[in-house]
Amino acid sequence: MDLVTVLDIVIGGLLIGGIYALIAMGLSLQYGVARVLNIAHGEFIMLGAFATWALYTTLHINPLIALVIVGPIVFVLGYLLHRTFFRHLLTSRPVLGEIIILGAVISWTAYELLKVYTTANPLLAIAMGIPLAIVLDFVLHRTVLKRVAPSAPSLAAFEGASMLATFGLLYIIQNMAIIVWGSSSKGYTFLATPVNLAGAVFAANRLVTLAFAVGIGLAFYLFLARTRMGKAIRAAAQDPTTAGLMGVNINQVLAICFGLGAALAGVAGVLYSMCFAISATMGLERTVVAIIVVVLGGLGSIPGSFIGGILLGVVGEIVKYFEPSLVLAGYYIIFILLLMLRPKGLMGK
Amino acid sequence: MDQARKSMTWQWWVKWGLPAVALALLVTLPLYTSRYTPILATSIFMYIALSVSWVLFSGSTGYMSLATAAFVGVGIYTAAMIGKSVPLPVFVLAGGTVSALLAMLVGALTLRLRGVYFAIFTFGLVMLIPQFLVFWELQAFGTRGRFVVVISYTTIYYAMLILLVALLLVVYLVRRSRWGLALQSIGESEEAAAHVGINVTMVKVMTFALSAFFMGAVGATMATRWTYIDPYIAFNANFSFLPVLMAIFGGILPFYGPLVGAVIFAYLQEKLITKFPEVYMLIFGIVLVAAILYLPNGIVGLVQKAWQRSWGRRANT
Repeated sequence: MDLVTVLDIVIGGLLIGGIYALIAMGLSLQYGVARVLNIAHGEFIMLGAFATWALYTTLHINPLIALVIVGPIVFVLGYLLHRTFFRHLLTSRPVLGEIIILGAVISWTAYELLKVYTTANPLLAIAMGIPLAIVLDFVLHRTVLKRVAPSAPSLAAFEGASMLATFGLLYIIQNMAIIVWGSSSKGYTFLATPVNLAGAVFAANRLVTLAFAVGIGLAFYLFLARTRMGKAIRAAAQDPTTAGLMGVNINQVLAICFGLGAALAGVAGVLYSMCFAISATMGLERTVVAIIVVVLGGLGSIPGSFIGGILLGVVGEIVKYFEPSLVLAGYYIIFILLLMLRPKGLMGK
Repeated sequence: MDQARKSMTWQWWVKWGLPAVALALLVTLPLYTSRYTPILATSIFMYIALSVSWVLFSGSTGYMSLATAAFVGVGIYTAAMIGKSVPLPVFVLAGGTVSALLAMLVGALTLRLRGVYFAIFTFGLVMLIPQFLVFWELQAFGTRGRFVVVISYTTIYYAMLILLVALLLVVYLVRRSRWGLALQSIGESEEAAAHVGINVTMVKVMTFALSAFFMGAVGATMATRWTYIDPYIAFNANFSFLPVLMAIFGGILPFYGPLVGAVIFAYLQEKLITKFPEVYMLIFGIVLVAAILYLPNGIVGLVQKAWQRSWGRRANT
């Protein structure tokens, strides 16, 4: 194995590792602070990637500009999701949130049914969906929910329930994406000029990706370390109850954490789509990688996630060099060894 | 006194008479229905068996296993490997045994992991094993995938029915035994269970293996329905999620919960999956979320609660 091959593997690993790092930082925030092990994390990557692809192919918007568009949108999506959905699992039930979710779901189903049987008419679908949602929510509250009074669950119960709920979310997002975009893989070319790095050749878009991943990761770290909101997030990660007593608006902070985690995944998806082909079913495998990285880096440790992501990227490239079909198996073996030898991770406390 | 005995006999009839009638109907089903009905019933049985065996371990201990697809896949693959040279009962038992052995190994390694780590670890199995299988098949035979022996639909139907009845009997017996009590106390508090002298690890691993045995046997039986198998068909992640959803939707209770959930969803799947696969999976996701949010004890739990309420009200007045 000569020097160029080694360089090829190491740089290749760094390049994919940058994206892994972003994804894992997002998941670490969601699981470390908001205590939601988000199995649908990869779906936000997919959404980010498809949004970029759609913006680039239809409106010819530069993917680097899409970064600025997709990030905030996915953040809002994640924020609302936590405010409605996961909040319900924690304590109370916000009626407005339920109506919005129910309305969206019913409208969508109505739209699809209309498309199959008559003509596609989104306005009609929404006009049907919202009143139905209000009625359904009212009926639910009057019948089912009256009997099943929600009690405040323990942390373990919340973790289990919220994880299962994200499985549901995974199916919802993924299949909506398949219905909208189809199940074939998509791609576009952007900055595909070759760049020579001491003998190893890479496309320019991959280097741009790494630069942005490192930049975003660093900015994010500074946000957590230096700002007031960052301090509140770290306090909530340590002890949500006490943080709440000290005047941190804990519901707000947890929702922001979830939103930021989703936004990081979305942004990673934007970067991913610049270099690789994307498909509606790409999410789950990325989620598995992210979980492994988070465990590798140490739960809740943002620098740990970053280093773990880069490390896993390099390990993946090494395995790929010898046996391309066993990359995922290689990741998984690392995960098994880690859980047995050092369950708290590289930088865990 | 008289009334108490009367209600007891009434309950006895519901408890034993109803299943006996259902069983008699099911045994004779292929005689008087169209050819399609047993095929539909077989896949409904499959989902019932999978979710009941999932509840057997995960419902009672609280460890959420997502390895169902891995055990089913192992069963399918065992059947594909030896199915051509041995009769049906042998390869079904073999599939179950291999799955149970795998479960013992995995259980011994990982059952000290708590909560979501265990779930993730077991799910990882579903992704890991097919990769190794593909790798090994390409190395050893130079091909990927293989053909499975074909068996008549009626035979598969009866095989699955026998398997399901055996499973329900085993679950019933386990729940009545010391083993069942030990499981229940582990689910309530593992430390307390260890303190009263239960061999916690042993009980957990053996129950995990028992549930994996049935999952593997179900897989081996169903393998004959597909004529061609490759690792990614055999290890389908949906087999991990669907039984969990069915159990949650029906209620994580020993018998009727997973049964009701599985019947509803298996039927929906048969009707929808060929025409609108995405719509089916979408509905699946929505129902999963809605069930977690609004039905903590599933449909059966809800019915029981409503029943108790109306019964209680009548008793008061």
